[in-house]
Amino acid sequence: MSGDWVKVCADDAIDEEDVIRFDHGGKTYAIYRSPQDTFHATDGLCTHEKIHLADGLVMDNIIECPKHNGRFNYQTGEARGAPVCINLKVYPVKVEAGSVFIQVQ
Amino acid sequence: MGGGVVIVGGGECGARAAFALRENGYAGSITIVGSEQHLPYERPPLSKAALIDPHHTFVAPRERYASENIDLLLGHEVTAIDPDKRTINLADGRTIAYDLLLLTTGAKPRSLPDIDPASKRVLTLRTFDDTVAIRERLGPGRRLLIIGGGFIGLELAATARTFGTSVTLIESQPRILMRGVPQEIAEVVADRHQCEGVLIRCGVGISALSETDDAVEIRLADGQIYAADTVVVGIGATPNTALAERTGIAVENGIAVDDRLETSIPGIYAAGDCCSFPLMHYGGRRIRLEAWRNAQDQGTLVARSMLGHRDRITSVPWFWSDQYDLTLQVAGLADGATTHVRRDLSANSFILFHLDADGRLLAASGVGEGNAVAKDMRLAEMLIGAGAKPAISALADPLQKLKSILTMQRGNT
Ligand SMILES: Cc1cc2nc3c(=O)[nH]c(=O)nc-3n(C[C@H](O)[C@H](O)[C@H](O)COP(=O)(O)OP(=O)(O)OC[C@H]3O[C@@H](n4cnc5c(N)ncnc54)[C@H](O)[C@@H]3O)c2cc1C
Ligand code: FES
Repeated sequence: MSGDWVKVCADDAIDEEDVIRFDHGGKTYAIYRSPQDTFHATDGLCTHEKIHLADGLVMDNIIECPKHNGRFNYQTGEARGAPVCINLKVYPVKVEAGSVFIQVQ
Repeated sequence: MGGGVVIVGGGECGARAAFALRENGYAGSITIVGSEQHLPYERPPLSKAALIDPHHTFVAPRERYASENIDLLLGHEVTAIDPDKRTINLADGRTIAYDLLLLTTGAKPRSLPDIDPASKRVLTLRTFDDTVAIRERLGPGRRLLIIGGGFIGLELAATARTFGTSVTLIESQPRILMRGVPQEIAEVVADRHQCEGVLIRCGVGISALSETDDAVEIRLADGQIYAADTVVVGIGATPNTALAERTGIAVENGIAVDDRLETSIPGIYAAGDCCSFPLMHYGGRRIRLEAWRNAQDQGTLVARSMLGHRDRITSVPWFWSDQYDLTLQVAGLADGATTHVRRDLSANSFILFHLDADGRLLAASGVGEGNAVAKDMRLAEMLIGAGAKPAISALADPLQKLKSILTMQRGNT
């Protein structure tokens, strides 16, 4: 599994324990900054209904969908209970020279 | 088949409870008896996406019941409970034994007197079959008249407009969503419906309804007459308590349960739309909710109670509704609020916070396009749950993050 590294934003453009939306190549992603200051990326849309997760709330390592409060671990993509049961796809992330990059396929 | 847990009612709550029993390690038999033929499904789409293109959103795929060893007896009505023998009877005469019984019988739509339940033109909306029947009667050139300006009637109006149905909505209260949301939010919703071409008449009751072969005629108390091809009555729902009443279980605006969801008869539990329960955040006041997440939360909680855990109901009531591209959300109970604070998130979205005389946050209600209010509403719900007394200036200022207020609040307690 390999792909291009794409620049998302400056690392200070995402607050700690928060998420932003990132659109690229006709796809939408969600990019997270954890309370431990690590960066993560997942598919941008909830696996329950196609809702933008970036409108949801980040709590520790969990993103909660804004629509029906389905929960995922955004670091592993794991669905964490009703009503979501399909995991989220996660993408590799790196921070270089103050910028966040994700590897898209 | 016999013993184990028997669940009466195959809706959201019953299905969730069955899965939660397994998640909590219960290995005995589980049987869900449901009067609808369908696999347990979600109702919220019935007035939204499923009404555009009828399709089921199941709580879980059929295979999951099989793999978790949950027996489904669908299309069967439970007609009696014998709490001494610990058995239930089905309409087909069968008797099933249980060790623990859970009632998740839901609610049924209220109707108007004098309406023939078999009418093809005067309908209600609660089940998938209702959605299919209503869908067939919508479209350009069709006239739909909705009685009741609550959430279901308004969602139906919005969906019916998307395919060109002509829609009139009659509400006997002075405004729509009288019980659901504050006036400021109801106005946004009413304006939007009017822009979309829905005719709304408030503050006037219905004096007569007559059905002919090809139309329904409604006469209002002020003498106005409306004709429609289809009438949908959306004036609320009543809990399905008849079975519990026949069994001698206490009923008080719903099957009365304690804060662990056990009824007045030990070993029999109730949860979801059918039950009334004491709400801790509001001084133990007994309420009944008809809300999807409540059905889920109580399904999970009741499973744990049945297995002997002593958790209590702590969740804050929460409800959402989608109409056009607007989403409304309500968290908590606003009764008793003395102060109302508005937080404007963008041109078209705002949240109202409702606080009591001591400054405690009781409730919040928001409206906006898409999920504009979702994040702040979720935080508001957590603030309510934490018993927070946030500064009014902070609530009113969208630049002050609710998350920081919550963190501070948690640091203080
Ligand atoms: C059109 C519509 C739209 C909605 N939209 C929203 C929304 O946007 N947001 C929100 O929060 N909530 C919404 N709701 C509410 C939500 O769907 C309900 O709160 C939820 O379905 C309650 O689940 P339940 O399992 O308690 O009851 P139900 O889903 O009603 O299930 C009860 C089941 O028990 C069966 N049953 C009853 N008696 C017996 C018996 N004696 N024997 C066997 N079976 C029996 C019934 O047939 C039924 O299938 C909506 C509801 C409707 C109808
Ligand atoms: S759309 Fe995400 S939980 Fe339903």
